[in-house]
Amino acid sequence: MIKAVPKPLEEVLGLVKDFNKVLIAGCDGCVTVCEAGGLKEAKVLASALRLYFTQAGRQAQVDETSVTRQCEKEYLAQLSENMDTYDAVVSLACGVGVQYLAEVYNNKIVYPGVDTCFMGVNEERGVYSERCQACGRCILAETGGVCPIARCSKRMLNGPCGGSDKGKCEISKDVPCGWELIYERLKTLGQLDRFEKPVDPKDWTTSRDGGPRKIVREDLRI
Amino acid sequence: MRLQYPPNVRIIEVPCTGKVDVMHLLMAFEYGADGVIVVGCMEGDCHYSVGNLYAKKRVNRVKEILDKVGIGGDRVAMYNLSSGMGGRFAEIVKEITNKVLELGPSPIKGAAGQATRPIAEATT
Repeated sequence: MIKAVPKPLEEVLGLVKDFNKVLIAGCDGCVTVCEAGGLKEAKVLASALRLYFTQAGRQAQVDETSVTRQCEKEYLAQLSENMDTYDAVVSLACGVGVQYLAEVYNNKIVYPGVDTCFMGVNEERGVYSERCQACGRCILAETGGVCPIARCSKRMLNGPCGGSDKGKCEISKDVPCGWELIYERLKTLGQLDRFEKPVDPKDWTTSRDGGPRKIVREDLRI
Repeated sequence: MRLQYPPNVRIIEVPCTGKVDVMHLLMAFEYGADGVIVVGCMEGDCHYSVGNLYAKKRVNRVKEILDKVGIGGDRVAMYNLSSGMGGRFAEIVKEITNKVLELGPSPIKGAAGQATRPIAEATT
């Protein structure tokens, strides 16, 4: 899932302090799971803003809501009834949701309330780590289910490099070497012969190197 | 035990301090509380293992929020007591009451402004 962290409160305060009617829009999708932008976080942020406005002597209105997913127009449409009444919206969705909300309500000021970080896993509550960079051409079948693009700091296709030391990456002793993980996994699977065949250069046009990406599935379109 | 402690304290009972959410504490301040303390079991003695440890983290988060919005994080605190420490509870209530009296009324009470809460109250 997409992982995000809440923006510092002072940064959000700086964005909305001059408005009188603000909507905090949470998203019940990925950001709820990593406790950065669901309904609960929307309530906490809205409450903090109300306390700030009140002690600052302001007559302001801060409401909170959330929709199932801000990356779908149908759910964003649920906000349409009262949207005109707000001066600004703080979206607690990932960058995708913030942009789509701004796109759907294009005359509305929309601010991000979280910093979107990566696609990753929940190692435990409060600990998330990256697993996929959406390069558009998955090679996990060849690397024992461990992605060298996401897990190797250099995105090497034929690792490990000389910076691998006792299973750790040279960038930090807390970061496992992606290629060490691949080696150990292939050893467990009895597929170490994989290292005897160098991997061809990767086609990066399906990644960001090809510009903004789009999927059109004619079999799904109505 | 017939212990005396200041009468201007409203006690809200919860099954475990692990039930106390950031939102509950912020709501208390929105409604004009001058100070809030969360009193949980001793660390390591939680019937639900870690409820009081969750509460401690939430109280710390509320402190940070209150500091940033101009209310002051000193107005919220967490204490850990066993059920046999009634005397200490009375002392703590006296201490916190005196501390809040020193801090003065919450800025929310005396504020000219009023940021309105949504009609549907947050209870999570």
